[in-house]
Amino acid sequence: MRRNGPLALVFHAIFVAFILAPIVVVCAVAFTPEGYLSLPTKGFSLRWFKAILDYPEFLRAFRDSLWLAALSSTIAIGLAVPAALAIARYRFIGREAITALFLSPLMIPHVVLGIAFLRFFSQIGLSGSFLGLVLSHIIVVLPFALRLVLASSYGIDQRIEHAAISLGASSFVTFRRVTLPLIMPGVVSGWVLAFINSFDEVTMTVFIASPSTTTLPVRLFLYIQDNIDPLVSSISASLILMTAVVMIVLDRLFGLDRLFLGSAKS
Amino acid sequence: MTVNPKLTPLLLSGPALLVFIGLVISPLVMTALLSFYDWGQYKGIVAEFTIKNWHEVIADGYYYEIFGRTLRIALFVTLITVLIGVPEAYILNRMTPRWRGVFLLVVIGPLLISVVARTLGWALLFGSTGLISQALLALGIAREPVDLMFTETGVVIALTHVLVPFMVLAVMAALQRLNPDVENAAMSLGASAFTVWRRVVLPQIVPGILSGSVIVFALAASAFATPAIIGGRRLKVAATLAYDEFLNTLNWPLGAAIAMILLVALVAIIVGSNRLIERRYAQVFE
Repeated sequence: MRRNGPLALVFHAIFVAFILAPIVVVCAVAFTPEGYLSLPTKGFSLRWFKAILDYPEFLRAFRDSLWLAALSSTIAIGLAVPAALAIARYRFIGREAITALFLSPLMIPHVVLGIAFLRFFSQIGLSGSFLGLVLSHIIVVLPFALRLVLASSYGIDQRIEHAAISLGASSFVTFRRVTLPLIMPGVVSGWVLAFINSFDEVTMTVFIASPSTTTLPVRLFLYIQDNIDPLVSSISASLILMTAVVMIVLDRLFGLDRLFLGSAKS
Repeated sequence: MTVNPKLTPLLLSGPALLVFIGLVISPLVMTALLSFYDWGQYKGIVAEFTIKNWHEVIADGYYYEIFGRTLRIALFVTLITVLIGVPEAYILNRMTPRWRGVFLLVVIGPLLISVVARTLGWALLFGSTGLISQALLALGIAREPVDLMFTETGVVIALTHVLVPFMVLAVMAALQRLNPDVENAAMSLGASAFTVWRRVVLPQIVPGILSGSVIVFALAASAFATPAIIGGRRLKVAATLAYDEFLNTLNWPLGAAIAMILLVALVAIIVGSNRLIERRYAQVFE
Protein backbone atom coordinates (compact mmCIF):
# COMPACT_ATOMS: atom_id res chain seq x y z
CA MET A 1 0.00 0.00 0.00
CA ARG A 2 1.33 3.41 -0.99
CA ARG A 3 1.88 6.19 1.51
CA ASN A 4 0.21 9.57 1.45
CA GLY A 5 2.37 12.17 -0.30
CA PRO A 6 3.23 15.57 1.21
CA LEU A 7 0.44 17.27 -0.73
CA ALA A 8 -2.07 14.81 0.68
CA LEU A 9 -0.82 15.46 4.21
CA VAL A 10 -1.13 19.25 3.75
CA PHE A 11 -4.70 18.75 2.56
CA HIS A 12 -5.35 16.49 5.52
CA ALA A 13 -3.97 19.09 7.97
CA ILE A 14 -6.21 21.81 6.52
CA PHE A 15 -9.21 19.48 6.64
CA VAL A 16 -8.59 18.59 10.28
CA ALA A 17 -8.14 22.29 11.13
CA PHE A 18 -11.49 23.02 9.44
CA ILE A 19 -13.20 20.29 11.47
CA LEU A 20 -11.66 21.33 14.78
CA ALA A 21 -11.78 25.14 14.40
CA PRO A 22 -15.32 25.86 15.61
CA ILE A 23 -15.07 23.27 18.39
CA VAL A 24 -11.79 24.69 19.68
CA VAL A 25 -13.12 28.25 19.46
CA VAL A 26 -16.18 27.43 21.58
CA CYS A 27 -13.96 25.89 24.25
CA ALA A 28 -11.43 28.77 24.14
CA VAL A 29 -14.08 31.46 24.50
CA ALA A 30 -15.64 29.66 27.47
CA PHE A 31 -12.56 30.37 29.59
CA THR A 32 -12.69 34.14 29.16
CA PRO A 33 -12.56 36.26 32.33
CA GLU A 34 -14.41 39.08 30.53
CA GLY A 35 -18.12 39.72 30.75
CA TYR A 36 -18.48 39.69 26.97
CA LEU A 37 -17.24 37.61 24.04
CA SER A 38 -13.77 38.41 22.78
CA LEU A 39 -11.23 36.57 20.72
CA PRO A 40 -8.39 36.10 21.31
CA THR A 41 -9.10 36.14 25.03
CA LYS A 42 -6.75 37.57 27.59
CA GLY A 43 -6.39 35.58 30.77
CA PHE A 44 -8.07 32.44 31.95
CA SER A 45 -11.03 32.02 34.22
CA LEU A 46 -13.62 29.45 35.17
CA ARG A 47 -16.11 32.19 35.98
CA TRP A 48 -18.51 31.27 33.17
CA PHE A 49 -18.51 27.61 34.14
CA LYS A 50 -19.45 28.61 37.69
CA ALA A 51 -22.12 30.88 36.21
CA ILE A 52 -23.94 27.83 34.77
CA LEU A 53 -24.92 26.93 38.33
CA ASP A 54 -26.80 30.24 38.61
CA TYR A 55 -29.12 29.22 35.79
CA PRO A 56 -31.29 26.43 37.19
CA GLU A 57 -33.30 26.29 33.96
CA PHE A 58 -30.23 25.00 32.10
CA LEU A 59 -29.52 22.42 34.81
CA ARG A 60 -33.14 21.30 34.76
CA ALA A 61 -33.07 21.02 30.97
CA PHE A 62 -29.89 18.94 31.22
CA ARG A 63 -31.51 16.58 33.72
CA ASP A 64 -34.64 16.30 31.57
CA SER A 65 -32.51 15.59 28.49
CA LEU A 66 -30.76 12.73 30.28
CA TRP A 67 -34.06 11.22 31.44
CA LEU A 68 -35.64 11.65 28.02
CA ALA A 69 -32.68 10.02 26.27
CA ALA A 70 -32.53 7.13 28.77
CA LEU A 71 -36.27 6.41 28.61
CA SER A 72 -36.73 6.76 24.87
CA SER A 73 -33.67 4.73 23.93
CA THR A 74 -34.57 1.96 26.39
CA ILE A 75 -38.13 1.70 25.07
CA ALA A 76 -36.85 1.91 21.48
CA ILE A 77 -34.42 -0.96 22.06
CA GLY A 78 -37.23 -2.95 23.71
CA LEU A 79 -39.28 -2.57 20.54
CA ALA A 80 -36.32 -2.98 18.19
CA VAL A 81 -34.98 -6.31 19.52
CA PRO A 82 -38.07 -8.46 18.75
CA ALA A 83 -38.67 -6.55 15.50
CA ALA A 84 -35.07 -7.14 14.41
CA LEU A 85 -35.33 -10.86 15.22
CA ALA A 86 -38.53 -11.09 13.16
CA ILE A 87 -36.93 -9.29 10.21
CA ALA A 88 -33.62 -11.15 10.39
CA ARG A 89 -34.91 -14.70 10.54
CA TYR A 90 -38.42 -14.93 9.14
CA ARG A 91 -39.63 -14.47 5.59
CA PHE A 92 -43.14 -13.10 5.85
CA ILE A 93 -45.52 -10.99 3.80
CA GLY A 94 -44.82 -7.31 4.27
CA ARG A 95 -41.35 -7.89 5.69
CA GLU A 96 -39.70 -5.34 3.43
CA ALA A 97 -42.51 -2.83 3.93
CA ILE A 98 -42.20 -3.14 7.71
CA THR A 99 -38.43 -2.67 7.55
CA ALA A 100 -38.85 0.42 5.38
CA LEU A 101 -41.46 1.79 7.78
CA PHE A 102 -39.21 1.27 10.81
CA LEU A 103 -36.29 2.97 9.07
CA SER A 104 -38.43 5.78 7.60
CA PRO A 105 -37.71 8.34 10.38
CA LEU A 106 -34.17 8.50 8.95
CA MET A 107 -35.62 9.79 5.69
CA ILE A 108 -38.33 12.13 7.02
CA PRO A 109 -36.90 15.59 7.75
CA HIS A 110 -36.99 16.28 11.48
CA VAL A 111 -38.79 19.58 10.86
CA VAL A 112 -41.62 17.63 9.28
CA LEU A 113 -41.69 15.17 12.19
CA GLY A 114 -41.73 18.10 14.62
CA ILE A 115 -44.69 19.68 12.83
CA ALA A 116 -46.53 16.36 12.58
CA PHE A 117 -46.07 15.68 16.31
CA LEU A 118 -47.06 19.23 17.24
CA ARG A 119 -50.33 18.81 15.35
CA PHE A 120 -50.89 15.25 16.61
CA PHE A 121 -50.17 16.00 20.27
CA SER A 122 -52.30 19.14 20.29
CA GLN A 123 -55.18 17.06 18.93
CA ILE A 124 -54.88 14.28 21.52
CA GLY A 125 -54.07 16.57 24.44
CA LEU A 126 -50.39 15.74 24.91
CA SER A 127 -48.85 19.03 23.81
CA GLY A 128 -45.99 20.29 25.92
CA SER A 129 -45.90 17.10 28.01
CA PHE A 130 -42.87 15.01 28.87
CA LEU A 131 -44.75 11.92 27.67
CA GLY A 132 -45.08 13.55 24.24
CA LEU A 133 -41.31 14.13 24.14
CA VAL A 134 -40.63 10.50 25.06
CA LEU A 135 -43.05 9.15 22.41
CA SER A 136 -41.59 11.33 19.66
CA HIS A 137 -38.01 10.50 20.62
CA ILE A 138 -38.77 6.75 20.54
CA ILE A 139 -39.68 7.20 16.87
CA VAL A 140 -36.55 9.12 15.86
CA VAL A 141 -34.08 6.88 17.67
CA LEU A 142 -35.64 3.50 16.86
CA PRO A 143 -34.03 3.24 13.38
CA PHE A 144 -30.56 3.58 14.90
CA ALA A 145 -31.28 0.88 17.48
CA LEU A 146 -32.89 -1.36 14.86
CA ARG A 147 -30.00 -1.14 12.39
CA LEU A 148 -27.39 -2.19 14.93
CA VAL A 149 -29.52 -5.00 16.44
CA LEU A 150 -30.31 -6.21 12.90
CA ALA A 151 -26.63 -6.28 11.98
CA SER A 152 -25.84 -8.50 14.97
CA SER A 153 -28.93 -10.72 14.48
CA TYR A 154 -28.05 -11.72 10.92
CA GLY A 155 -24.86 -13.49 11.91
CA ILE A 156 -26.31 -15.82 14.54
CA ASP A 157 -26.05 -19.54 13.98
CA GLN A 158 -29.61 -20.69 14.65
CA ARG A 159 -28.45 -24.23 15.37
CA ILE A 160 -27.31 -23.03 18.80
CA GLU A 161 -30.87 -22.03 19.61
CA HIS A 162 -32.25 -25.28 18.22
CA ALA A 163 -29.82 -27.13 20.47
CA ALA A 164 -31.09 -25.21 23.51
CA ILE A 165 -34.72 -25.99 22.62
CA SER A 166 -33.97 -29.67 21.96
CA LEU A 167 -32.36 -29.81 25.40
CA GLY A 168 -35.67 -28.71 26.87
CA ALA A 169 -35.30 -24.93 27.26
CA SER A 170 -38.48 -22.90 26.78
CA SER A 171 -38.54 -20.19 24.09
CA PHE A 172 -38.19 -17.51 26.75
CA VAL A 173 -35.20 -19.20 28.41
CA THR A 174 -33.63 -19.74 24.99
CA PHE A 175 -34.06 -16.05 24.20
CA ARG A 176 -32.68 -14.85 27.52
CA ARG A 177 -29.80 -17.29 27.91
CA VAL A 178 -28.80 -17.92 24.27
CA THR A 179 -30.10 -15.36 21.78
CA LEU A 180 -29.80 -12.20 23.86
CA PRO A 181 -26.15 -12.77 24.86
CA LEU A 182 -25.33 -13.38 21.17
CA ILE A 183 -26.89 -10.11 19.98
CA MET A 184 -25.72 -8.14 23.05
CA PRO A 185 -23.04 -6.10 21.20
CA GLY A 186 -25.70 -4.83 18.81
CA VAL A 187 -28.14 -4.16 21.64
CA VAL A 188 -25.61 -2.16 23.68
CA SER A 189 -24.22 -0.16 20.76
CA GLY A 190 -27.74 0.41 19.41
CA TRP A 191 -28.86 1.73 22.79
CA VAL A 192 -25.86 4.05 23.03
CA LEU A 193 -26.37 5.45 19.54
CA ALA A 194 -30.08 5.90 20.27
CA PHE A 195 -29.26 7.68 23.54
CA ILE A 196 -26.85 10.10 21.84
CA ASN A 197 -29.27 10.84 19.02
CA SER A 198 -32.05 11.55 21.48
CA PHE A 199 -29.81 13.73 23.64
CA ASP A 200 -28.63 15.82 20.65
CA GLU A 201 -31.99 16.08 18.87
CA VAL A 202 -33.02 19.72 18.51
CA THR A 203 -34.93 20.26 15.25
CA MET A 204 -37.95 18.11 16.06
CA THR A 205 -37.94 18.81 19.79
CA VAL A 206 -38.03 22.59 19.34
CA PHE A 207 -41.57 22.21 17.95
CA ILE A 208 -42.98 20.09 20.75
CA ALA A 209 -41.09 21.24 23.84
CA SER A 210 -42.77 23.72 26.18
CA PRO A 211 -40.95 26.29 28.34
CA SER A 212 -41.45 24.05 31.39
CA THR A 213 -40.54 20.75 29.70
CA THR A 214 -37.60 21.20 27.40
CA THR A 215 -34.23 19.71 26.57
CA LEU A 216 -30.78 21.22 26.91
CA PRO A 217 -30.08 21.58 23.15
CA VAL A 218 -33.45 23.29 22.64
CA ARG A 219 -32.92 25.70 25.54
CA LEU A 220 -29.43 26.45 24.27
CA PHE A 221 -30.74 26.99 20.75
CA LEU A 222 -33.49 29.38 21.87
CA TYR A 223 -31.01 31.28 24.06
CA ILE A 224 -28.50 31.62 21.19
CA GLN A 225 -31.20 33.00 18.91
CA ASP A 226 -31.56 35.98 21.26
CA ASN A 227 -28.01 36.57 22.37
CA ILE A 228 -24.61 34.93 22.20
CA ASP A 229 -22.58 35.40 25.37
CA PRO A 230 -19.84 33.51 27.23
CA LEU A 231 -22.49 31.55 29.13
CA VAL A 232 -23.63 29.63 26.04
CA SER A 233 -20.04 28.83 25.15
CA SER A 234 -19.28 27.50 28.64
CA ILE A 235 -22.40 25.29 28.45
CA SER A 236 -21.44 24.17 24.94
CA ALA A 237 -17.86 23.55 26.04
CA SER A 238 -19.13 21.34 28.88
CA LEU A 239 -21.25 19.42 26.36
CA ILE A 240 -18.27 19.04 24.01
CA LEU A 241 -16.08 17.80 26.85
CA MET A 242 -18.67 15.22 27.95
CA THR A 243 -19.16 14.07 24.37
CA ALA A 244 -15.41 13.72 23.90
CA VAL A 245 -15.19 11.40 26.91
CA VAL A 246 -18.15 9.33 25.67
CA MET A 247 -16.62 9.27 22.19
CA ILE A 248 -13.30 7.87 23.38
CA VAL A 249 -15.04 5.21 25.49
CA LEU A 250 -17.25 4.24 22.53
CA ASP A 251 -14.28 4.06 20.21
CA ARG A 252 -12.51 1.71 22.61
CA LEU A 253 -15.63 -0.45 23.03
CA PHE A 254 -17.05 -0.68 19.52
CA GLY A 255 -14.95 1.37 17.11
CA LEU A 256 -16.61 4.60 15.96
CA ASP A 257 -16.57 3.71 12.27
CA ARG A 258 -18.40 0.45 12.91
CA LEU A 259 -20.95 2.21 15.11
CA PHE A 260 -21.70 4.68 12.32
CA LEU A 261 -21.52 2.33 9.38
CA GLY A 262 -24.21 0.34 11.16
CA SER A 263 -22.44 -2.98 11.46
CA ALA A 264 -21.51 -3.71 15.05
CA LYS A 265 -19.26 -6.74 15.13
CA SER A 266 -19.46 -9.11 18.02
CA MET B 1 -45.85 -22.96 24.34
CA THR B 2 -47.42 -23.54 20.97
CA VAL B 3 -47.65 -20.55 18.70
CA ASN B 4 -48.43 -20.88 15.05
CA PRO B 5 -45.01 -20.26 13.46
CA LYS B 6 -46.63 -18.08 10.83
CA LEU B 7 -47.74 -15.71 13.55
CA THR B 8 -44.34 -15.46 15.27
CA PRO B 9 -42.87 -12.66 13.11
CA LEU B 10 -46.08 -10.70 13.43
CA LEU B 11 -46.07 -11.08 17.21
CA LEU B 12 -42.42 -10.05 17.37
CA SER B 13 -42.72 -6.96 15.20
CA GLY B 14 -46.28 -6.17 16.30
CA PRO B 15 -45.48 -3.80 19.18
CA ALA B 16 -43.14 -1.67 17.08
CA LEU B 17 -45.63 -1.77 14.19
CA LEU B 18 -48.47 -0.48 16.38
CA VAL B 19 -46.25 2.30 17.72
CA PHE B 20 -45.27 3.35 14.19
CA ILE B 21 -48.83 3.30 12.87
CA GLY B 22 -49.94 5.40 15.84
CA LEU B 23 -46.99 7.76 15.99
CA VAL B 24 -45.66 8.10 12.44
CA ILE B 25 -48.43 7.39 9.99
CA SER B 26 -51.30 9.08 11.81
CA PRO B 27 -49.42 12.35 12.63
CA LEU B 28 -48.24 12.58 9.01
CA VAL B 29 -51.73 11.95 7.66
CA MET B 30 -53.12 14.57 10.06
CA THR B 31 -50.51 17.08 8.89
CA ALA B 32 -51.32 16.36 5.24
CA LEU B 33 -55.02 16.99 6.02
CA LEU B 34 -54.13 20.14 7.95
CA SER B 35 -52.50 21.59 4.85
CA PHE B 36 -55.95 21.64 3.20
CA TYR B 37 -57.63 23.48 6.11
CA ASP B 38 -58.58 27.12 6.08
CA TRP B 39 -56.93 29.70 8.31
CA GLY B 40 -57.55 33.33 9.16
CA GLN B 41 -55.88 35.86 11.42
CA TYR B 42 -58.93 36.05 13.71
CA LYS B 43 -60.84 32.84 13.05
CA GLY B 44 -57.82 30.55 13.46
CA ILE B 45 -57.84 27.06 11.94
CA VAL B 46 -61.11 26.13 10.28
CA ALA B 47 -61.76 22.56 9.11
CA GLU B 48 -62.95 23.51 5.65
CA PHE B 49 -61.38 22.06 2.53
CA THR B 50 -59.35 24.58 0.58
CA ILE B 51 -56.28 24.49 -1.65
CA LYS B 52 -55.35 28.10 -0.93
CA ASN B 53 -52.31 27.16 1.22
CA TRP B 54 -50.86 25.07 -1.57
CA HIS B 55 -51.70 27.73 -4.08
CA GLU B 56 -50.02 30.40 -1.94
CA VAL B 57 -46.83 28.39 -1.41
CA ILE B 58 -46.48 27.45 -5.08
CA ALA B 59 -47.56 30.75 -6.66
CA ASP B 60 -46.13 33.38 -4.29
CA GLY B 61 -42.66 34.64 -5.29
CA TYR B 62 -41.69 35.01 -1.63
CA TYR B 63 -41.87 31.25 -1.00
CA TYR B 64 -40.41 30.55 -4.40
CA GLU B 65 -37.31 32.51 -3.39
CA ILE B 66 -36.96 30.63 -0.09
CA PHE B 67 -37.29 27.20 -1.71
CA GLY B 68 -34.80 28.31 -4.37
CA ARG B 69 -32.34 29.39 -1.69
CA THR B 70 -32.79 26.09 0.17
CA LEU B 71 -32.05 24.16 -3.01
CA ARG B 72 -29.03 26.34 -3.83
CA ILE B 73 -27.54 25.95 -0.34
CA ALA B 74 -28.10 22.18 -0.39
CA LEU B 75 -26.46 21.84 -3.82
CA PHE B 76 -23.41 23.90 -2.83
CA VAL B 77 -23.00 22.00 0.44
CA THR B 78 -23.23 18.67 -1.41
CA LEU B 79 -20.69 19.78 -4.02
CA ILE B 80 -18.18 21.02 -1.42
CA THR B 81 -18.54 17.92 0.76
CA VAL B 82 -17.74 15.81 -2.33
CA LEU B 83 -14.73 17.97 -3.21
CA ILE B 84 -13.22 17.83 0.28
CA GLY B 85 -14.75 14.66 1.73
CA VAL B 86 -13.70 12.25 -1.03
CA PRO B 87 -9.95 13.09 -0.94
CA GLU B 88 -10.03 13.09 2.87
CA ALA B 89 -11.61 9.63 2.94
CA TYR B 90 -8.97 8.41 0.48
CA ILE B 91 -6.17 9.87 2.61
CA LEU B 92 -7.63 8.37 5.80
CA ASN B 93 -7.92 5.00 4.12
CA ARG B 94 -4.22 5.01 3.20
CA MET B 95 -3.03 5.76 6.74
CA THR B 96 -1.63 3.13 9.05
CA PRO B 97 -4.43 1.64 11.21
CA ARG B 98 -3.20 3.52 14.26
CA TRP B 99 -3.27 7.00 12.72
CA ARG B 100 -6.47 6.17 10.91
CA GLY B 101 -8.11 5.38 14.25
CA VAL B 102 -6.98 8.68 15.73
CA PHE B 103 -8.12 10.80 12.80
CA LEU B 104 -11.41 8.95 12.36
CA LEU B 105 -12.15 10.03 15.90
CA VAL B 106 -11.35 13.64 14.92
CA VAL B 107 -13.27 13.59 11.65
CA ILE B 108 -16.33 11.49 12.55
CA GLY B 109 -16.45 12.26 16.28
CA PRO B 110 -18.06 15.70 15.80
CA LEU B 111 -21.20 13.89 14.61
CA LEU B 112 -21.79 13.05 18.26
CA ILE B 113 -21.44 16.67 19.41
CA SER B 114 -24.65 18.68 19.58
CA VAL B 115 -25.20 20.54 16.33
CA VAL B 116 -26.04 23.66 18.36
CA ALA B 117 -22.60 23.64 19.98
CA ARG B 118 -20.87 23.14 16.62
CA THR B 119 -22.85 25.93 14.97
CA LEU B 120 -22.14 28.25 17.90
CA GLY B 121 -18.43 27.88 17.06
CA TRP B 122 -19.07 29.17 13.54
CA ALA B 123 -21.19 32.03 14.89
CA LEU B 124 -18.20 33.04 17.03
CA LEU B 125 -15.81 32.82 14.06
CA PHE B 126 -18.05 34.58 11.53
CA GLY B 127 -18.91 38.02 13.02
CA SER B 128 -17.23 41.20 11.76
CA THR B 129 -14.98 41.08 14.86
CA GLY B 130 -14.59 37.28 14.65
CA LEU B 131 -11.35 35.44 13.99
CA ILE B 132 -12.00 34.89 10.27
CA SER B 133 -12.51 38.61 9.70
CA GLN B 134 -9.43 39.43 11.81
CA ALA B 135 -7.32 36.92 9.90
CA LEU B 136 -8.46 38.15 6.48
CA LEU B 137 -7.69 41.75 7.49
CA ALA B 138 -4.28 40.81 8.90
CA LEU B 139 -3.37 38.88 5.75
CA GLY B 140 -4.43 41.81 3.60
CA ILE B 141 -6.99 39.70 1.71
CA ALA B 142 -9.83 41.92 2.87
CA ARG B 143 -9.80 45.70 3.26
CA GLU B 144 -12.88 45.91 5.45
CA PRO B 145 -14.15 43.62 8.19
CA VAL B 146 -15.86 40.57 6.68
CA ASP B 147 -19.16 39.61 8.28
CA LEU B 148 -20.30 36.13 7.29
CA MET B 149 -23.17 36.07 9.78
CA PHE B 150 -26.60 36.12 8.11
CA THR B 151 -25.07 35.30 4.70
CA GLU B 152 -25.60 32.31 2.44
CA THR B 153 -21.83 31.76 2.34
CA GLY B 154 -21.80 31.49 6.13
CA VAL B 155 -24.67 28.97 6.14
CA VAL B 156 -22.94 26.90 3.43
CA ILE B 157 -19.62 26.81 5.35
CA ALA B 158 -21.26 25.84 8.64
CA LEU B 159 -23.49 23.19 7.03
CA THR B 160 -20.51 21.75 5.16
CA HIS B 161 -18.75 21.37 8.50
CA VAL B 162 -21.78 19.69 10.08
CA LEU B 163 -22.38 17.27 7.18
CA VAL B 164 -18.96 16.40 5.71
CA PRO B 165 -18.46 13.47 8.16
CA PHE B 166 -21.36 11.67 6.43
CA MET B 167 -19.57 11.95 3.09
CA VAL B 168 -16.29 10.69 4.58
CA LEU B 169 -18.14 7.72 6.11
CA ALA B 170 -19.92 6.81 2.87
CA VAL B 171 -16.74 6.99 0.79
CA MET B 172 -14.70 5.12 3.43
CA ALA B 173 -17.25 2.30 3.28
CA ALA B 174 -16.83 2.12 -0.51
CA LEU B 175 -13.02 2.28 -0.28
CA GLN B 176 -12.91 -0.58 2.18
CA ARG B 177 -14.63 -2.84 -0.35
CA LEU B 178 -11.85 -2.19 -2.88
CA ASN B 179 -9.29 -4.83 -3.59
CA PRO B 180 -5.85 -3.19 -3.12
CA ASP B 181 -4.36 -5.71 -5.59
CA VAL B 182 -6.16 -3.99 -8.45
CA GLU B 183 -4.47 -0.70 -7.58
CA ASN B 184 -1.12 -2.43 -7.29
CA ALA B 185 -1.66 -4.19 -10.61
CA ALA B 186 -2.37 -0.87 -12.35
CA MET B 187 0.74 0.63 -10.81
CA SER B 188 2.95 -2.31 -11.75
CA LEU B 189 1.71 -1.92 -15.33
CA GLY B 190 3.14 1.61 -15.29
CA ALA B 191 0.14 3.80 -14.47
CA SER B 192 0.91 7.05 -12.61
CA ALA B 193 -0.62 7.66 -9.19
CA PHE B 194 -3.11 10.10 -10.72
CA THR B 195 -4.11 7.67 -13.47
CA VAL B 196 -4.64 4.90 -10.91
CA TRP B 197 -6.85 7.20 -8.88
CA ARG B 198 -8.85 8.40 -11.86
CA ARG B 199 -9.21 5.17 -13.84
CA VAL B 200 -9.16 2.50 -11.12
CA VAL B 201 -10.18 3.93 -7.72
CA LEU B 202 -12.70 6.61 -8.70
CA PRO B 203 -14.99 4.45 -10.89
CA GLN B 204 -15.29 1.93 -8.07
CA ILE B 205 -16.17 4.44 -5.35
CA VAL B 206 -18.68 6.45 -7.41
CA PRO B 207 -21.64 4.61 -5.81
CA GLY B 208 -20.27 5.54 -2.36
CA ILE B 209 -19.90 9.17 -3.41
CA LEU B 210 -23.42 9.20 -4.82
CA SER B 211 -25.03 7.67 -1.74
CA GLY B 212 -23.05 10.08 0.45
CA SER B 213 -24.31 12.94 -1.73
CA VAL B 214 -27.92 11.83 -1.30
CA ILE B 215 -27.53 11.79 2.50
CA VAL B 216 -25.78 15.17 2.59
CA PHE B 217 -28.22 16.79 0.18
CA ALA B 218 -31.26 15.56 2.10
CA LEU B 219 -29.86 16.71 5.44
CA ALA B 220 -28.72 20.08 4.04
CA ALA B 221 -32.08 20.78 2.39
CA SER B 222 -33.97 20.06 5.62
CA ALA B 223 -31.40 21.50 8.07
CA PHE B 224 -32.88 23.72 10.73
CA ALA B 225 -30.61 24.65 13.65
CA THR B 226 -27.59 25.75 11.59
CA PRO B 227 -29.46 28.01 9.12
CA ALA B 228 -31.55 29.37 12.01
CA ILE B 229 -28.45 30.41 14.00
CA ILE B 230 -26.18 31.51 11.12
CA GLY B 231 -28.85 32.75 8.72
CA GLY B 232 -31.13 34.21 11.37
CA ARG B 233 -34.55 35.58 10.55
CA ARG B 234 -33.20 37.54 7.60
CA LEU B 235 -32.07 34.51 5.60
CA LYS B 236 -34.85 31.96 5.71
CA VAL B 237 -34.74 28.44 4.31
CA ALA B 238 -37.63 25.97 3.99
CA ALA B 239 -37.20 24.52 7.49
CA THR B 240 -36.94 27.88 9.27
CA LEU B 241 -39.86 29.18 7.20
CA ALA B 242 -42.06 26.30 8.37
CA TYR B 243 -40.93 26.98 11.96
CA ASP B 244 -41.92 30.65 11.70
CA GLU B 245 -45.33 29.82 10.23
CA PHE B 246 -46.00 27.40 13.06
CA LEU B 247 -44.62 29.18 16.09
CA ASN B 248 -44.66 32.90 15.20
CA THR B 249 -47.39 33.54 12.61
CA LEU B 250 -49.38 30.57 13.94
CA ASN B 251 -50.65 29.83 10.43
CA TRP B 252 -50.48 26.07 10.91
CA PRO B 253 -52.21 25.05 7.64
CA LEU B 254 -49.69 27.05 5.60
CA GLY B 255 -46.79 25.65 7.66
CA ALA B 256 -48.19 22.15 7.07
CA ALA B 257 -48.24 22.74 3.30
CA ILE B 258 -44.58 23.85 3.42
CA ALA B 259 -43.68 20.77 5.46
CA MET B 260 -45.49 18.48 2.99
CA ILE B 261 -43.66 20.00 0.02
CA LEU B 262 -40.35 19.51 1.80
CA LEU B 263 -41.24 15.91 2.70
CA VAL B 264 -42.50 14.90 -0.74
CA ALA B 265 -39.57 16.56 -2.54
CA LEU B 266 -36.97 14.94 -0.32
CA VAL B 267 -38.50 11.46 -0.27
CA ALA B 268 -38.80 11.60 -4.07
CA ILE B 269 -35.17 12.66 -4.42
CA ILE B 270 -33.86 10.06 -1.94
CA VAL B 271 -35.90 7.11 -3.28
CA GLY B 272 -35.36 8.14 -6.91
CA SER B 273 -31.61 8.54 -6.67
CA ASN B 274 -31.19 5.37 -4.60
CA ARG B 275 -33.06 3.43 -7.31
CA LEU B 276 -30.87 5.03 -9.96
CA ILE B 277 -27.64 4.28 -8.10
CA GLU B 278 -28.65 0.67 -7.48
CA ARG B 279 -29.65 0.08 -11.08
CA ARG B 280 -26.65 1.83 -12.59
CA TYR B 281 -24.14 0.20 -10.27
CA ALA B 282 -25.87 -3.10 -9.58
CA GLN B 283 -22.63 -5.04 -9.91
CA VAL B 284 -21.05 -3.13 -7.02
CA PHE B 285 -23.83 -4.08 -4.62
CA GLU B 286 -23.69 -7.82 -5.22
